[in-house]
Amino acid sequence: MPRYLVELAPLHSELILIIGAMVLLLWGAFRPETERQADIISWAAIGVLALAGIVLARQPLGNNTLFDGSFRFDAFARYVKMIVIISSAGALLLAPNDARRGKYLKFEYAVLLLLATAGMLMMISANDLISLYLSLELQSLALYVLAAFKRDDVRSSEAGLKYFVLGALSSGMLLYGASLVYGFTGATNFNDIAAVALTKGAGQNIGLIFGLVFLMVGLAFKISAVPFHMWTPDVYEGAPTPVTALFAAAPKAAAFALLTRVMITAFGGIKPQWQQIIIFLSIASMVLGAVAAIGQTNVKRLLAYSSIGNMGFVLVGLAAASPEGIEGVLIYLATYLVMTLGAFAVVLCMRRRSGPVEEIADLAGLATTNPGMAATMAIMMFSLAGIPPLAGFWGKYYVFLAAVKADLWPLAIIGVVASVVGAFYYIRIVIVMYVNDAKSGAENRFMRVPLRESTVMALACLITLLGFLPFPLRNGSLGDWIIATASAAARSLFG
Amino acid sequence: MQNAALLIVFLPLAGALIAGFFGRVLGERPSEVVTTAFLLLAAILSWWVFTQVGFGHAVFKVPVMRWITSGDLDVNWTLRVDTLTAVMLVVVTTVSSLVHLYSIGYMAEDDSRQRFFAYLSLFTFAMLMLVTADNLLQMFFGWEGVGLASYLLIGFWYKKPSANAAAIKAFVVNRVGDFGFALGIFGLFAVCGSINLDQIFGAVPALAGKPFEFLGYQVDTLTCLALLLFMGAMGKSAQFLLHTWLPDAMEGPTPVSALIHAATMVTAGVFMVARLSPVFELAPEALKFVTFIGALTAFFAATVGLVQNDIKRVIAYSTCSQLGYMFVACGVGAYTAGIFHLFTHAFFKALLFLGAGSVIHAMHHEQDMRNMGGLQKLIPKTWAMMLIGTLALTGVGIPGWIGFAGFHSKDAIIESAYAAHTPNNYAFWALVIAAFMTSFYSWRLMFMTFHQPARWGADHAVHDEHAEPATASDHAHDDHGHDHTPRESPLVMLVPLYGLAAGAVLAGVVFTKYFIGTGHGHGEADPYKAFWGPSITEGAHNHILHAMHEIPHWVGFAPFVAMLAGLGLAYVYYIRSPWLPAATARTFRPLYLFFLNRWYIDELYDFLFVRPAFAIGRALWKGGDGTVIDGTIDGTASTVGWFTGRAVRFQTGYVYNYAFVMLIGVAAILTYMIAGGVGR
Repeated sequence: MPRYLVELAPLHSELILIIGAMVLLLWGAFRPETERQADIISWAAIGVLALAGIVLARQPLGNNTLFDGSFRFDAFARYVKMIVIISSAGALLLAPNDARRGKYLKFEYAVLLLLATAGMLMMISANDLISLYLSLELQSLALYVLAAFKRDDVRSSEAGLKYFVLGALSSGMLLYGASLVYGFTGATNFNDIAAVALTKGAGQNIGLIFGLVFLMVGLAFKISAVPFHMWTPDVYEGAPTPVTALFAAAPKAAAFALLTRVMITAFGGIKPQWQQIIIFLSIASMVLGAVAAIGQTNVKRLLAYSSIGNMGFVLVGLAAASPEGIEGVLIYLATYLVMTLGAFAVVLCMRRRSGPVEEIADLAGLATTNPGMAATMAIMMFSLAGIPPLAGFWGKYYVFLAAVKADLWPLAIIGVVASVVGAFYYIRIVIVMYVNDAKSGAENRFMRVPLRESTVMALACLITLLGFLPFPLRNGSLGDWIIATASAAARSLFG
Repeated sequence: MQNAALLIVFLPLAGALIAGFFGRVLGERPSEVVTTAFLLLAAILSWWVFTQVGFGHAVFKVPVMRWITSGDLDVNWTLRVDTLTAVMLVVVTTVSSLVHLYSIGYMAEDDSRQRFFAYLSLFTFAMLMLVTADNLLQMFFGWEGVGLASYLLIGFWYKKPSANAAAIKAFVVNRVGDFGFALGIFGLFAVCGSINLDQIFGAVPALAGKPFEFLGYQVDTLTCLALLLFMGAMGKSAQFLLHTWLPDAMEGPTPVSALIHAATMVTAGVFMVARLSPVFELAPEALKFVTFIGALTAFFAATVGLVQNDIKRVIAYSTCSQLGYMFVACGVGAYTAGIFHLFTHAFFKALLFLGAGSVIHAMHHEQDMRNMGGLQKLIPKTWAMMLIGTLALTGVGIPGWIGFAGFHSKDAIIESAYAAHTPNNYAFWALVIAAFMTSFYSWRLMFMTFHQPARWGADHAVHDEHAEPATASDHAHDDHGHDHTPRESPLVMLVPLYGLAAGAVLAGVVFTKYFIGTGHGHGEADPYKAFWGPSITEGAHNHILHAMHEIPHWVGFAPFVAMLAGLGLAYVYYIRSPWLPAATARTFRPLYLFFLNRWYIDELYDFLFVRPAFAIGRALWKGGDGTVIDGTIDGTASTVGWFTGRAVRFQTGYVYNYAFVMLIGVAAILTYMIAGGVGR
């Protein structure tokens, strides 16, 4: 390998994704535009993601910074990047069947997804305000297009437009915040900002605080924390379901990693200031996510509020601002990814001969008509509700534990109450599936579950059910391994 | 040997799982065969381990797995096999395997036999967990496990309300004791920093006589802990005040009574006291209490046993009484004598229960002795076995030389009670009088069942409310509608009787010198010390096993005389002058009613605890749960619903609304940071 490539080793997975995206774009442009072609390119894109994942996993850790310290590769970055790559690949795997049936199967989908993923990976490693903004926009621009991907569908176009307009607003605020931070610290690099933030009296520097607030608002929009969440239900509902599946997991993890890095690395010195904002965002998200979801009848909107609420729970870990808290964040993100993919795989299979359906009431009697699907959904719902020993319980457990250790008792208590309220709407779905009777008639039956969807469902069930049981893998369970890795990753951020 | 120990413990579990989860698929007979075969194998292995440990003096531990590590609490799951454990292994697996075998015949008419055998094997596993415990948590696990199995088996005929009530009663009364046991474990952990037996035994000598302060009182630490632990033993072993569940537990099938409520589970309390002898030896006040409760129970249960008419209840009270004997032995420091009696008692009491089961089987589920009589000719083999059991229980033998099993162990306890010199020798006298009553009610049972003229047949209501239904659907009653002549039980039920009878005859003769010594040797020379090894601790001043051999001659004869007197009186009452019992009952009517109603303890509890508990429960249900909790929850739910309506209405779908909310959010955060957030 040439020397410059060796020096760029921490960037290899991003490079693979970008080069892969370019190659596939050219390939697709010069070949006849058929559905078969698009399907092949989807598989090729999954291959690219897999390759990037393998390269990432083999990348040795160390204090790797590139480009004058604006790109940082550490255990934290590797962990979150792995989550992002897996959820992107999962979302891509779920796309072609739905796209073929909805007649929007185009090869650009896979290319855009690769570009968005590349942007996410760079967000996770961003260690400078400039690289922060560039990577965020690379990701966002691709996602705006994906949201509106079903061009001839009004709802999809509306979703894309809303997301774009509000995203632009949030980008503006983020840029304003970045300029303020630069103005009051004289630095764009996180480590340099940290040096200023650590000086005495930085907490009273009103300009710096303003910059911090605007920066946080921009990032809070990306993780759809209340009150910057308004776009989420509409976009989730309007966008094609595979895109929603992508939105719910990968960009959330990436944006959260970015927020975490900015808070811990750059603004660690003024922790008391941002901690209050995080606590506010966390409580607002948990409560609104739980309360508003109850009123929903559409499954995708329900899952949108569910993701708002879940981001609130993850923020509890960040609010603790300790290695334990970040460890909880990372565990939560990993389990959340699995549950989201599992739940969306089920939603994607809610399709009758007449077309897709999205109402919760359409799930009635699923336990008798399609027990496998119903069982998957039930497991995901119980896990999201945080019932032990399912995977979802452990994410909640570790963030609340960290909050308690950081003396944030009220936050932990509100979180527990919110998760009880949340359990109501999760379990209501289970009741609809298992207690209510199905509408009779062949036209009310769901179509057969395709292989890719059922694979994702089976994997999600397996991990959710058994992942955290004391089930010997080689030494300890999958959950033990996740916890250990997350712990190391969280500590690398503080190191 | 380690593998043998593992097999002994886990074979019954395997049997239980197979019969429990796959019994439906396998069918009834294979389930019976599998569980019984596993148990028989475990029993053979147990005897082998027993000879290796008891006579080869091999004490060993088998680590199974790491269990719990939390702070200072480090618990490993380890099987501890020393002589005490080996003795218990033999008792449990032998009786259990014979009971399994017996049940094949006894339960033949039942249609959920897989469940029955699964429960039996599950019980055996839990009991083995209890006796192989290396730490108190493991013991507690087994302790609760046998409690669960006991609950399931008492309520085996779950369609019978009285069986359900009895099962619940057994469980609840045991909770009272278990509460004490759990507190004792917590306390030992608090003062010793560990619940592993070895570490506790190492730590307690330093704590002897050290008080702690509680609510302004100075309480001796070890006395308090020992008493709490003993509370658990009282519940499990049905000692006075916590005994009320045992007679009711007779609602279960008879093999269950033989296994759980005679031979094994109820002796767990005795085992626990012996196992924790290093703790109890340092708490002399607690030991005095143990002696007192034991003597009181032995006496009390015997008086009640005198007047019961249900054949199983007579034996149940007898069990209660014999358990009192064992606790007296432990209380005076003669732990090995207590365990010896536990060992012999397991054989002859299981024999009596299974014999009674055979009688009940022959009588088509009749349990009232008033409706029996004249069975000697009809079921001679059962009669012979019951006779052996009775001879063993009443302690027939030639003083100072040789006798049935009960003779050796019971007389040893009575002698040790004398040697302990309790105030006014109350323990000794209570036990001697109890021995007299034991003899009387045992022979009364024999005479009423086998020797008096038959009182069954067409004129007598064979079934009354005490009758055990053979199946939940009572179809057994149809099977014998035309034939009331009692018949001998099948061979599969008689073989276990023969096995137990051999134990009842021989256990005393063979094992006396190992279990309690000869008294002739001094110090290490005494064979019992070598036999028990380090499994039983006797304090430096505890010479009871030596002293009990140096008592006045008449003391050795006292139980013998009591036994003969009981036999003679029973003979006069029930063979020579059968009108005497009724006349006596008339003359001493208050006393008769007092005994018949079990000293009115159930009524007392009903008044003191059950009714108030129901009243409190009803108040909490209607007022607390209905009004307060449901009100709160419903109120919360409607509040949440209201908020949901607001939140959904905010979601208008207009971009400018969304942007507006975002900007309000920014403004709010900025305002907060300026007003109060900055500078804190």
